[in-house]
This record gives sequence, structure tokens and C-alpha cells, in this order.
Amino acid sequence: MTALQPVIVGAGPAGVRAAQTLVAHGLRPVVVDEAPRWGGQIYRQPPAGFSRPGRTLYGFEAGRAEALHAAMADILDRVDYRPDTLVWSAEAGRLDLLSRGRTDTLPYGQLIVATGATDRVLPFPGWTLPGVYSLGAAQVALKYQGCAIGSRVVFAGTGPLLYLVAYQYAKAGAQVLAVLDTASFKDQAAALPYLLRQPAVFAKGLYYLGWLHTHGVPVHQGVRLLRATGDAQVSGLYWHDGRSEYRLPCDAVGFGYALRSETQLADLLGCRFRYNTLQRAALPECDAAGRSSVPGVYLAGDGAGIMGADAAEWAGERAALALLADAGQAVNTARAATLEKQLARTAAFRIGLERAFPFPCDWAAHAPDELVICRCEEVTAGELRQCSQDTGAREMNRLKALTRVGMGRCQGRSCGAAAAEILAHACATGPDAVGRLRGQAPIKPLPFAAMLPQDGETA
Amino acid sequence: MKERISADVAIIGGGIMGASAALFLRRMGLSVALLERDLCGSRSSGVNYGGVRRQGRPATQLPLAQRAHGLWARLPELIGTEGEYLRSGHLKIARSEADLASLEAYRQRTRGFGMDLEMLSLRALRERCPWLGKAAVGGSLCPEDGQANPRLVSPAFALAARRLGADVREQTGIDEAIHDGSVFVLRSGHALEVRARSLLNCAGAWAGTIAAQFGDTVPMESGHPEMAVTEPLPMFMNFSLGVEGGGAYARQVARGNCVIGGGQGYALDNQRARAQRSGLATLSQQVLGLLPALRHAHIIRTWSGTEGYLPDRQPVLGPSATTPGLFHAFGFSGGGFQLGPGVGAVLADLVRDGQTATPIAAFSVSRFSSSPRVATTGSVPSAVA
Repeated sequence: MTALQPVIVGAGPAGVRAAQTLVAHGLRPVVVDEAPRWGGQIYRQPPAGFSRPGRTLYGFEAGRAEALHAAMADILDRVDYRPDTLVWSAEAGRLDLLSRGRTDTLPYGQLIVATGATDRVLPFPGWTLPGVYSLGAAQVALKYQGCAIGSRVVFAGTGPLLYLVAYQYAKAGAQVLAVLDTASFKDQAAALPYLLRQPAVFAKGLYYLGWLHTHGVPVHQGVRLLRATGDAQVSGLYWHDGRSEYRLPCDAVGFGYALRSETQLADLLGCRFRYNTLQRAALPECDAAGRSSVPGVYLAGDGAGIMGADAAEWAGERAALALLADAGQAVNTARAATLEKQLARTAAFRIGLERAFPFPCDWAAHAPDELVICRCEEVTAGELRQCSQDTGAREMNRLKALTRVGMGRCQGRSCGAAAAEILAHACATGPDAVGRLRGQAPIKPLPFAAMLPQDGETA
Repeated sequence: MKERISADVAIIGGGIMGASAALFLRRMGLSVALLERDLCGSRSSGVNYGGVRRQGRPATQLPLAQRAHGLWARLPELIGTEGEYLRSGHLKIARSEADLASLEAYRQRTRGFGMDLEMLSLRALRERCPWLGKAAVGGSLCPEDGQANPRLVSPAFALAARRLGADVREQTGIDEAIHDGSVFVLRSGHALEVRARSLLNCAGAWAGTIAAQFGDTVPMESGHPEMAVTEPLPMFMNFSLGVEGGGAYARQVARGNCVIGGGQGYALDNQRARAQRSGLATLSQQVLGLLPALRHAHIIRTWSGTEGYLPDRQPVLGPSATTPGLFHAFGFSGGGFQLGPGVGAVLADLVRDGQTATPIAAFSVSRFSSSPRVATTGSVPSAVA
């Protein structure tokens, strides 16, 4: 029909709703997704042939999950759907793709970036032992393939996911030995007025907590993780509650400190970033409709700042409407306004969540020198501190150049946040003052073989 | 309030050229103010391939390269770190008999410069480098050439200069550079004014504009080498690798990662550059021809930088043609890292003695114009500030 050539990166809640909206307006978007099936991380579908019911997989969110899955299934014949496809870079109106061991490029006129989030990891001694997982990984194992990370599991860290995953594991039959939350009851009480702005979501949180209590799962708040121990496998977790030290024998630990946005693609696309104090991270800027600083590039969902799955659905739809409107198509402006209002309400609720589960600001101060921050390159907190002290390094890219932190396979996706905290603490400043790691392609490792011309092609 | 400082020597640019000059000048006891727009060693000096190689350079560069070679051996003493400098040997391979003949001719031509080049037959190559792909038919080995980590070495020169008392100012761009009749006056915004008897222009790819301010015009262009690195792999490469006639180059660092380069990236703007997909595809094919073992490896990071290239691929190194007390060192055309310490030493000679024992006539700025223009003074465009 028109010259519009919209591409959506990500088929989670934001990407699917964006696709649905574009299809409803007569477009045929390309939907590129790294996963084999749509749904994103939160509504990740099990592999074909697995038959656990949605209620088991997604709990309270089953309705949402099934609706999202159905929405995409319904438009599959009207989108160019590319599963199992990684966007590894972007350049001048084309995305660089990697799919089934082959590279390809995909031109775009308009782009909706819905790249989602991963766990925010703050290491503690012993975190690299087998059996220690991030919360998100623990949840994915359960949701995707019905596997638990262990049979006697401790969940630790902070954030809403902490309680949700503990609940899901206990429901699935794992023995959840304890939930260790670094946030305190005081934090949560102070957050109450904000949390009540979304009573339904708040009630779900209370339900998980209540369920854990009635099923005898101890919940400890205001704790500090000391270390995980074990030889070939984690066998115990030490923690402190401000008065005493405790040890819990266990065979698995799931830990995490809320989520961090996946922003590399936005970075490679040239989007302007700004430090977000609430999320303690530099995020790509966008307006209320999702327009980034780069014309034709729109941002939606957790990849543009953690707002949760419901907000991601709204943001995906809103960004698609903005894309259409910017291209001169008539859109329902009342609907757009409603979506923006819902997103604004969620933003206020997020303030409450950040207060209820605050980032442990004393984490860097307590991180021992021998703690490995960057596991790819085996760089310790002490090495980062020493480098800063010896060379005067006060900026993340300089720290990376001098110590290799963030130079391994993860390219800082896992360790960047923690390294920034260590550097900021060493410089007696805040994480906003140490910059952010520059985005460098490939977003994830790129096999050499994928770069070669394939059989039947000329070089 | 404007801060005013005076020094014997002002240096624009904290890359390996400017920083090593600062270091050697301090060792001579001269006072130094070094002004770096970004962070010292964060541009080409810090993001280049890391080859520390004399082999392949034109004979006119070899005395300078040889002087640098001696200084590289003294890195720990000079800058307090080895910077992963390793004399691994540099192997330049030939992919045809003609290339092999060309390598042999180079060996003959450069005898007496201390490189001790050793020709390797195909059989010797197979024995000593079983990891090498079938593309090679022979090669030339420079046993004492090697590699280093530019991310560590270049900033360390600036740090060492600072420790010896150089006044190193990072994130300090220059908005104006003039000679007021008695001294050079540099201005950085409204914050800083530097006055010095001598001025070193070591501003890398951005040095041409500064040179032009003083009437030294050069036809310099920017280049953006394409670089990539793999995840750590078991050690297998015992040499740093180049190819006669150009193309790909590769080395394996102590951590096990293979650093590869070749082809051109592209400029994002005046300051930043990136690798590009088309170049990476070509590079991957070339590298796999040389290093089949990488077939199942991954590229985990790519990058590029901004380097100054002159038409004859020789640098400008030496006094200004117009302005006494001004010395240039730029336009190293992709081959500056190894020369860096030698260039710093030469610049220090020139400032102190007005001459140097190292032959640099081939690098004269006047080679690009038969009649140098009269110096003009004024503002440096913000693009280079």
C-alpha cells in the first residue's frame, strides 16, 4: 500500500500490541524476535508440544498471557514474523540480523524497538557457583520447560519478581526454604500510598506474600547477602539481618535486584540517552507516545525503562499509533490519550515499587575486594577500585579499557550496572556521574561462520 | 575566572605522540602543559590494533621505528607497566609467489636496520604455524616485532608524564591557538589560557586544522580501520600476523582473544567511527582463510577509530614551515602506535636542541607545498576543539 515499511523488534507484550495496531491500520509489519515463539520473557511460551496449562505457567497473568498469545496468533498471516532472529546491529536504515546461523539485513522505514529487559545483577561472593541463578533465569526454566533450578531453593535480592518467582516455585512443588529481601518493611510501608494507585496489582503482591506465609515459607526483610558456599555446587547461603549472621543449607539460589532495560539497539541506532534516577540507569529518551530522539525510531516496553508488562502492552499500542500518525495516517486520538493516561498512572505506581523494593545503595560499600564483578573477564571489585585509585579513572569506558570489565561475551549487559556502582562508590559520587558503556556491535556474539556467503551465493 | 598557566612546552593532544613527548620533555626537565580534548589515549592511540611492528615500513621510517623499538623494551621503566607488550614476532605472509618475491626484496632492501628478517618457506610455515590456513605460500618473520595493548599503553604514557610533573589537562579542548609574537597562546573556552615558548601539534586526525591555522597546509584525510575481537580461545597463534599487499591482520592476546583488523569502518560524525557490516563480512572471509580455527569462534565486539592519512602514507613529523617553536607530529596513516615512543623522543630533541639525530627529513610538512603560506592566526573551528 504505502511506502511504510515498519519493523518491530521484539514480540513481547509491547511488540505484539504494536504489531496488532499496525495490522489493524492495514499495514504488514515485520516482527523480528529472538525467541522461537512470541510472548516475550514474561509470557514466554513453552516449546511446541509442551502442554502445561496457562494457569500453571502464568498464574494470575494467565488471562493476559493467553490474550497476548491469541492476539499474535490472530494476525500471523498479516505480519512478516521472523522468530529465532537476533538483531545484532543496525546501520543506515537497515537492521543486521542473525537467524539460524546466517546473517542478513532488513531495511526499515520506521522502527519500533521493544527489546525488553533482563535481570539486574548485583553480585555477591559465591554468585558464580553452579546452582546460583538470576531470578529471571529461574523463572524462565520453570515457565519454558517446567524445570526447577533445584529442589531446596532460596530466593534473594529484591523486587516484585522475588515474591512472584518464590510463589511460582513453591506452587510447582519445589521446597522454597526462604525469601530474603534486601528491602525492609519500613521501605514497603512508605511506598504504600503509591502502590495503592494500582490496587489490583498491589493486591496480587499481597496475595503472593500471604500465600508464602500460610505455606510456611519464611520471608526475611532488610537482609544483606553475605556469600554462597559450596564446592562443585552451591550448598549454603549466608546472610545477615542487621543483628546476626545466618546460614541456610540449600541446593539452589535465585537472586536479582529488579530488572534492567535492554538498550543496546537503541544505542546503536543513535538514540539520545538520559540518566533516570528512579531506575538508576541511563535510558533512551522518548516522549509520552514513544518517539525517540531519532526520527522514525520508536521505543516501547521495558527496553525504554522498566514499567512492567501491562504498561508495555499500552506503550506498544501507543508507539504504533504515533508511528501511524507521523506517517500521516488517521488514528484514534482519544485512544492514544487514554493509553498515555494509563502509562502515566503506571509511572506513578513505579515510584511506589522503587520505594518498596529500593536499590540496595550500600551494595558497593559492602562488596569485598575479591568479589568477581565481571565473570566473563574475571574482574574483581578490588581491581576496579585499584584502577580508579591508581589512574584516576572516573568514567565507565575508561574503566573498561583499563580493566577489561564488560569486555567479555556479555559486553557489560550483566556486569555493567554493578561495575558502575563500584566505580561511583570508589569515586565518592553517584552512578549518574560515571557515564555508561558505549554500545558496540554485535549486541550478542556473532559466529564467524554466519558471516560467510552460503552455498549457492556469490561472495 | 580564567586560569592562566605558563610552561616551556604546550602540547595539543594526549595520544601516544603527545603523551610520550610530554614524558621525555619532563625527563629533560622542561615544564609541560598537555591539553587533551577527551581522555588521554582514548582515540586512535587507545583503540588501534596494537601491532608493534617495524616490518613492512618504508626504509625512511626504519631509523625512527628502530629508536622506538629500543624504547618499547624499556616500557616498565618509562611508564610503570608492560602494557601487555610482547615480542611475539611478526609474521607477514605471502599468498602468491609474486608476494613472496616482494617480501624477499623488502628483506634485501632493509638489511642493516636491525630487523633480522627471516624468510619462511611453505614447509617451514607449515611446521611453525600449523594453525595457518592454506592461503599462505610463504612468509617473512621479524622475530623481535610484536604486539601490545593500546588501551593500557597509551593512557599510561600520559599518566607517567603526569607523575613526572607534566600538567595534563583532560577534557580540555582548544578553541584558539596563536603565536602572539613572543609565545604561543592557547585558549580553552573562558576557563584556561596556556602560554608556552614551544607548541607540539599532536592532535591526530584533527591536527590538520591546527597546522592550517599556522599556514602549514596538509592534504590529510580520515580513515577508520575496522576492528573485531573474538571471545578468549585456547592459545594457538605464536606470531602477530600480517599479509603482504594488505588485507587482514590478526593477533592473539594473552587472555586468548583474537584481535582482527582490516578494511574500513565508517564515520558516525567528526568524532566517532564504527565498524560496518559489509567490511565485517569481507574481513571474516579473509581472516578465516588465514585462521581456519576461528570458523567456530564468535565476534564479541567490533570497533573503529579515526586516524589521519596523508597521500604518501608517511607522517608529518618535524618543525613547522612557518612558525618557529611549533612542531607537528600527525598523519601516521594507520602506523603510528609502534612509532609513538620514538616520536615523543624526537619531539623532545627538537624542542630542546632544535634538531634530532633521528632522520626525519622524509616527514617534512613542507613536502606538500612548494611555497608555504604565511601564518594566519585565529580561532580553531569547534570541530577540532
